[in-house]
Amino acid sequence: MGTYLIKRFLLMLLTLVGMSIIIFVLLRLMPGNIVDIMFDSAGFVDPVEKAEIEKELGLDRSIPVQYFDWIWGMMHWDLGFSYISEMPAVDELGPRIPITAKLAVMALGFSVLFGVPLGVISAVKQDTGLDYTLRVISLSGLSLPSFWLALLILMVSLTWFGDIPIYIDPPENLIDELLLFTIPAAAVGFRSSALIMRLTRSSMLEVLRQDYIRTARAKGATDNAVNYSHALKNAFLPVTTIIGIEAAFLIGGLIITETVFNIPGVAHFLVEAILMRDYPIVQSLVMLIALIVVTVNFIVDLTYGALDPRIKYGE
Amino acid sequence: MTDIDQQAELAKAGANIDGRWDALVHFAKNFPLACFGITIVILFVLMAIFADVIAVHDPVQTNSKLSLAAPSMTNIMGADMMGRDMFARIVHGSRISLVVGISSTLLGGIIGVVVGLMSGYLLGWFDLVMQRIIDIMQALPLLVLALVMAASLGPSLENTILAISIPLVPRVARVVRSSTLALREMPFVEAARAAGMTELRVAFRHVLPNTLAPLIVLGTAQLGSAILVEASLSFLGLGVPEPHPSWGRMLSENAAEYARVAPWLVIFPGLAISVVVFGTNLLGDALRDILDPRQRS
Repeated sequence: MGTYLIKRFLLMLLTLVGMSIIIFVLLRLMPGNIVDIMFDSAGFVDPVEKAEIEKELGLDRSIPVQYFDWIWGMMHWDLGFSYISEMPAVDELGPRIPITAKLAVMALGFSVLFGVPLGVISAVKQDTGLDYTLRVISLSGLSLPSFWLALLILMVSLTWFGDIPIYIDPPENLIDELLLFTIPAAAVGFRSSALIMRLTRSSMLEVLRQDYIRTARAKGATDNAVNYSHALKNAFLPVTTIIGIEAAFLIGGLIITETVFNIPGVAHFLVEAILMRDYPIVQSLVMLIALIVVTVNFIVDLTYGALDPRIKYGE
Repeated sequence: MTDIDQQAELAKAGANIDGRWDALVHFAKNFPLACFGITIVILFVLMAIFADVIAVHDPVQTNSKLSLAAPSMTNIMGADMMGRDMFARIVHGSRISLVVGISSTLLGGIIGVVVGLMSGYLLGWFDLVMQRIIDIMQALPLLVLALVMAASLGPSLENTILAISIPLVPRVARVVRSSTLALREMPFVEAARAAGMTELRVAFRHVLPNTLAPLIVLGTAQLGSAILVEASLSFLGLGVPEPHPSWGRMLSENAAEYARVAPWLVIFPGLAISVVVFGTNLLGDALRDILDPRQRS
């Protein structure tokens, strides 16, 4: 177990280092840097002035030097300065992270709340009309682009209530904020709940076919007892892994939803930063996302072992 | 014991199928959702191929008189701000979705197959390095990786395809690698080797065909995601550029401003994306049920 943990942790570090190299090189491959964009909007290019700004931003140095400078900074909690606002990246990101975190937790809650029970019902009633309906709903959840769903919600609330639940000023208290986030969280969560529902269904079906379930039925246990006390417990194991994978899935949904609903979270900020070639922000955010995904996977791995005694680490 | 209706059971098992039509009806009864999915996908492909015939209007022709025109007999889906016929744009947009979807799925699939086969076959340092690279790629969500790649490559049709195909590689490579690992020790592979076949030939002629079933299932699922990611990239302004009519970009151009005055600009492109992705997902599910008997009831 101990060696497994250390090995797993070192692999995590390796993944993050690799990610930092890839993202750094990819960003430098982009056609045109921030200075080009600045001069593009100004209309004319003064080479001397351009070189000066590039020097000021450190863009004239070689890529390896820029890379190690960035890594050194990260180790000291210094993520560089945003090219656009000229504020430290840490200060730019700090206030935005809680917004996205709240939205993500709400969306995840929504998806588990709907996904797990509906998946169980779908499996228990396999091949009935109810199962087909639920499967079609969950599949459509995976097929609707989240930005379209978000736009439809905006349109409907415009027509019915004549008002849009959109983020204009920061909400005054937590209740207001959570209310404001309900609709965007539901839009993201709908997609995720579809995924959870499908996996709960197939995991449940797998368990229902096992011998011990047949034994329970043969002993005369009621359907409810078999389905909910014998099967569900074991069917839930793979679902926990999925909730981990969800983390990565959710981030994709958040990027779109925050953009449509104009929520000033980190996911929306990432898109803006990419469009503006704001390297320090993009690379910090990508590393943050990678860190979250890798950590969540690590935790899920460990939980899985704790929940299922048959799984042993280290061999 | 309840009585078994022999005739009905035989019919269910497909014992008295007579001719192609019967076989088709039998398939439709057993896999209704699959048929629905296949129909959608076929219609979508036909729409893309015959776009010029189906759409009477020019998708890029602007007409100031028709700006934001509501759906009517001549423009059945209305017109956008620049007076371009929405129906023509949606029909032609299917080409972009189809081309980007299929090309990136295929490209990602081919790279994934080669990497996965070599990893599972050569093992050693090649496998180790490839597995770590795949770990790195999987640390980012599909959309984020595609977003960064699309931005760093610059906007064009080819670059969008490339930006979507690379993030699709890891899953294909993982699936092919694990089946290769299982297959390489099988007696028939051993026999091929003993008969004097080269390793490369063994890999492509004997191992690869046996990984096809999971690959087809995965490929269909990835086609759906590729179409969705293309729409999302274009929606965010990093996908297929003008003048190609992309469904995702139609939504970002029209969405916010005209949602109130011209809801058809929001409804139709989104509906097109959803229906097509829904069709490919249904098809993928059906293929999984048919090709993977363990999931069957």
